[in-house]
Amino acid sequence: MVSILGILTMQTTLSPESGVRPKNTLPEKNTVTLTINGSVHQLELAPWTTLLDALREYLHLTGTKKGCDHGQCGACTVLVDGKRINSCLTLAVMKQDTEILTIEGLAGENGLHPLQTAFIEHDAYQCGYCTPGQICSAVGMINEGHAKTTDDIRELMSGNICRCGAYPHIVDAIEEVMQLDSNA
Amino acid sequence: MTNFSYFRPGDLNSAIGDLITHEGAKFIAGGTNLLDLMKENVERPARLVDINQLSFNSIEETEGGGLRLGALMTNADTAYHENVQNRYPLLSHAILAGASAQLRNMATNGGNLFQRTRCYYFYDLATPCNKREPGSGCGAIRGFNRIHAILGTSDQKPETACIATHPSDMCVALAALDAVVRVTGLAGERTIPFADFHRLPGDEPWRDNTINPGELVTAIDLPAKGFPQYYAYIKLRDRASYAFALVSVAVALEIENNRITDARIALGGVAHKPWRKPDAEAMLIGQAVSVADFQSVAEALTEGAKGYGHNTFKIELAKRAIVRALQQAAKLEPTP
Repeated sequence: MVSILGILTMQTTLSPESGVRPKNTLPEKNTVTLTINGSVHQLELAPWTTLLDALREYLHLTGTKKGCDHGQCGACTVLVDGKRINSCLTLAVMKQDTEILTIEGLAGENGLHPLQTAFIEHDAYQCGYCTPGQICSAVGMINEGHAKTTDDIRELMSGNICRCGAYPHIVDAIEEVMQLDSNA
Repeated sequence: MTNFSYFRPGDLNSAIGDLITHEGAKFIAGGTNLLDLMKENVERPARLVDINQLSFNSIEETEGGGLRLGALMTNADTAYHENVQNRYPLLSHAILAGASAQLRNMATNGGNLFQRTRCYYFYDLATPCNKREPGSGCGAIRGFNRIHAILGTSDQKPETACIATHPSDMCVALAALDAVVRVTGLAGERTIPFADFHRLPGDEPWRDNTINPGELVTAIDLPAKGFPQYYAYIKLRDRASYAFALVSVAVALEIENNRITDARIALGGVAHKPWRKPDAEAMLIGQAVSVADFQSVAEALTEGAKGYGHNTFKIELAKRAIVRALQQAAKLEPTP
């Protein structure tokens, strides 16, 4: 027993980062309160849990997708206080006191959100993996109000990658909801 | 990512106090670059001090007739702010040329200044990098260096070699506009001219800027002169949107009676910091608008440029981009 304790002590002492890291390398989980799609959730989360992982792994809201996990693909796009962000690049603990909207919260009592309907009508996807992020991003873009032309849409949707290449139909679907005339 | 503790202070003093009393602590604001680097284990803070409750999230008029951009204001809110769009359109354009709409909604003005390089070798823990691990060497100089620097590099000694570039678009415009960075630390508040905020790699490539430990950027001041009439921001990259610059050029001109009375040119994607050369800019003062002069300025601005193989094309690209940006700013050529 003594030798086991000795080894444990040695490992602690020899840790290259001792003195920098807290001795307890697993900080206690904190209660994190998140408001998602109008419902309040209390979760016990470690501070390094991203908003994306909180949604998918702890709340089982798997509509929000993990693509690259580095803010390069946009599959994880959600709306926070009406603004689109990459949920992979923020911590859940940092998004308390905000209103989070995911793809699961878009449809209302009267059915699908107009963008969801337009994506179906325009066949704006192939595999569908990027679609929740595309739709949440388009909702955010329309809220922002800076897109006036087809080129604006393409530029302001560039944070959402579609590996199937469904871009023309995605732009068509968004234009229809924005009532932009693509032939204008 | 490595485990860490988290603290969300309510005021500036407790933010700075907490940071300096916890070894290995880092501030987090938007987190778009820091969390990415933490997932790659390039950054391994022991503690994150979340400054989002501090009150630096507004844009205000300064006494000198300029604008004070709060450090916690997002890049998107800054770029689309009426006063920025009308009085500093160069800054607005530069911000909107960077990242994606989602990232601009998260990233803050203060955080933009602290972006780390996107050098592949900085991100790759299996290779040497003097910026990530001082003294270990530079993987880029003899590696794939298409995106790397051509000006102001450090390449004489292996233990300090670095040809990384600063990735920001916003900072290129801020450099051209002679912005001033306001920081607060234990010793109180001080201001840093933008040209002195970032540094060249020199003998310490691991230091990106001149800020001291425990100091926090609270605002960026824009001088009254915003160059709303004659300006251009050109960004050249491998795809039309959402990519870092291979070369970018910010130009701000003042022209009266077809004579140039003030000229600012800053380059992005070519050096460890936004690249300016006041001597080259001065060549234009008092001159009539002329493409021949623009070509001379482009030569002067890129004097001493050095390629490392894959990135050698940037030297000619930068010269042509400078001439094009000057032509656009002077309205000799329509802005696309």
